[in-house]
Amino acid sequence: MDLTYSASEEAFRSEVRAFLAAHLPQRLSDKVRKDQHLTRAEQEEWHAILQTRGWLANHWPVDWGGTGWTVMERFIFETETALAHAPRILPFGVSMIGPVLLKYGSEAQKRHWLPRILNGTDWWCQGYSEPGAGSDLASLTTSAVREGDVYIVNGQKTWTTLAQHATMMFCLVRTATGGKRQDGISFLLIDMASPGIEVRPIKLLSGDCEVNAVFLTNVRVPVANLVGEENRGWTYAKYLLTYERTNIAGVGASMAALDELRAIARSRQRHGRPLAEDPQFAARLARTEIELENMQTTNLRVLVEAGAGAAPVAESSMLKIRGTEIRQQIDDLTRRAAGVHARPWLPEAFEGGWNGAPVGPDWAGPVATRYFNDRKLSIFGGSNEVQREIITKAILEL
Amino acid sequence: MDFSLGQDRQMLVDSLRRLLAAKAPFAARKDGAFEGSGWSRALWQDMADLGAIGAWFDESHGGYGGSPFDIAVVFGEIGRALLTGPYLAALQAGHVLAAAGQTDALAALIAGTSVVTYAEEEADTWFDPAAITTRATPTGAGWVLDGAKTVVAAAGSADRLVVVAQAPQGLTTFLVEAGAPGLTIRDYLLVDGGSAGDIGFAATPAVLIGTAGEAASVIEAARALALVALAWEAVAVMDVLRDHTLDYLRTRKQFGQAIGKFQALQHRMATLALEIEQARSAAINAADRASGPRTTRERAVSAAKVTIGKAGSLVAEEAIQVHGGIGMTWDLALSHYAKRLMMIGHELGDEDHHLARYIALGQDIIPA
Repeated sequence: MDLTYSASEEAFRSEVRAFLAAHLPQRLSDKVRKDQHLTRAEQEEWHAILQTRGWLANHWPVDWGGTGWTVMERFIFETETALAHAPRILPFGVSMIGPVLLKYGSEAQKRHWLPRILNGTDWWCQGYSEPGAGSDLASLTTSAVREGDVYIVNGQKTWTTLAQHATMMFCLVRTATGGKRQDGISFLLIDMASPGIEVRPIKLLSGDCEVNAVFLTNVRVPVANLVGEENRGWTYAKYLLTYERTNIAGVGASMAALDELRAIARSRQRHGRPLAEDPQFAARLARTEIELENMQTTNLRVLVEAGAGAAPVAESSMLKIRGTEIRQQIDDLTRRAAGVHARPWLPEAFEGGWNGAPVGPDWAGPVATRYFNDRKLSIFGGSNEVQREIITKAILEL
Repeated sequence: MDFSLGQDRQMLVDSLRRLLAAKAPFAARKDGAFEGSGWSRALWQDMADLGAIGAWFDESHGGYGGSPFDIAVVFGEIGRALLTGPYLAALQAGHVLAAAGQTDALAALIAGTSVVTYAEEEADTWFDPAAITTRATPTGAGWVLDGAKTVVAAAGSADRLVVVAQAPQGLTTFLVEAGAPGLTIRDYLLVDGGSAGDIGFAATPAVLIGTAGEAASVIEAARALALVALAWEAVAVMDVLRDHTLDYLRTRKQFGQAIGKFQALQHRMATLALEIEQARSAAINAADRASGPRTTRERAVSAAKVTIGKAGSLVAEEAIQVHGGIGMTWDLALSHYAKRLMMIGHELGDEDHHLARYIALGQDIIPA
């Protein structure tokens, strides 16, 4: 038993910290810390900064522009960037379509698309969910019919995150009906500028418009944009959903959010004493802290196993469930700490450059919005109920 | 970073597991734990002979280990076998003796020839040593004790007791022989097996351990190790409960299918498995930080007790519930594991106690 990081891991941590100190623009970290919206240009700016250092697609093979980092180094990188309030790396290119192409794409597809992910030419979005296919993804009905060297695609995708910025969509489509549902699905790469694509924003309960409905009407997609084999798309889709889940708990981001919450609990007064000394609040805060401390070790245990070549299926789902629950608890406590000042809604304050006076303490503005927005955490990426099915399937072997 | 036990510890685990499987099978434990003193002196000797007690102490104290992880794995096996006996009390007593350099008494404990239990808790202390009222008085012929202790492990069957009392100088530890004058013992069985007792002292002669008035930090450190031990014992018990419950979900059929096919039970089982892994992490954290600075150590052991308290109740209650009626029966091992897990919550401070303590330690308001 040895819970210490090795000297080389500590050196790596220092290297990441030094890089962040030198290259993470404060105007970006300020916005992240204040929960303000990043513009497309700001997101791309951060990706470019990382790519200059060669750290954007850090989990890719070195030959394709990755770093060769160990799982532990990737975890350290995730943690340190989160603690520094760096923007997160958008997963759709580097963590989703990239790995699928690396494993299942043709040589030509890899050579064409992968560099464009790294240099920011393409902004990818994910065409998985449909109005009738959420957790039961295999029931999707968006159809692709082959006519010569194109597929004609018709249907509707939904919950498509940041599709308003996207130039490309990787999309699950139905190319066969009749047999087993999973066997009639194909994986297509669709140019968002194609005629017949319409993107409509979906306004969420928090007021944010980060997800969209994407309507596809007789969209022509070159057959060259089929990944792998026709009707084998389910295999690729599942690979994507299980790839790189060792950091799914978001421990670093929760640590950063908990640090903020602790500071709030020390400064915010209720009935003449800090919230940190209010027995009810202190107990809730302590339980969350303890869960996160435990989660960090659980995550490290899974990382060490994964580093030794294991494929932790049930464990990844445990990380997803408890990791998202912890983050939601932190959001919940931050909302409670705001008291009456959780209520005012000043959406203009979520944009950069706003100089108006806050209502109540300056941290209170976004707390309710953040709370509502993060309800998504236990829903997306396989809802926490689906994760429980995965766990039981793995440990019960029925 | 390495989460494996290491070769030496794994060998100790393997030999303990073989011993306990052979000499303490559930069929014998089921009723044996509630007859006589409720624990086996012969098995205690076997445990000592295998180094299970010596593993708690380092070489400078005549032991063979002394790392919190050495303590941890021994208590993991105690939990897995549902072994009764004053092992946890002996761990605390031994560390009090070790801190004072009482090598003879410690050597006899390690050899298994002298069973030393530990008497700190009183009817109204609720795990706060400052509330101890048992009085130690210096006389010309040495010290005498007056007062009472409650639920002292194996009080009527141990050879010696380490007693915590208030001396004029403050909290102090003493060694008392089982047959000492003025000692009265009311012995009883415990809900989860084994025995304990209430002890009365009336001008009972006692031998000073260490320096009078300076026991507070020693007994706190000993308790931290005991909390590490309890956390590992609890996780081992939870592992057994999970495995038995998974087996039952696979084999028990109702409505024409294995009950594990029912989603309501599947989701609850997944939550159980998750809580157990979080408890295991808490137990690992506690053992890891137990060698660290005081606040780090105490926060980690309290965090572990909070975690095993919460997870323990859930696992015990759900394991019984999923088993249905059969889970309520004496003859099923599961029910005894569930009882042990719940009663661990009543040892060395419950979930609420340690949550409050964790908070206070974070605000530096628990004096060292």
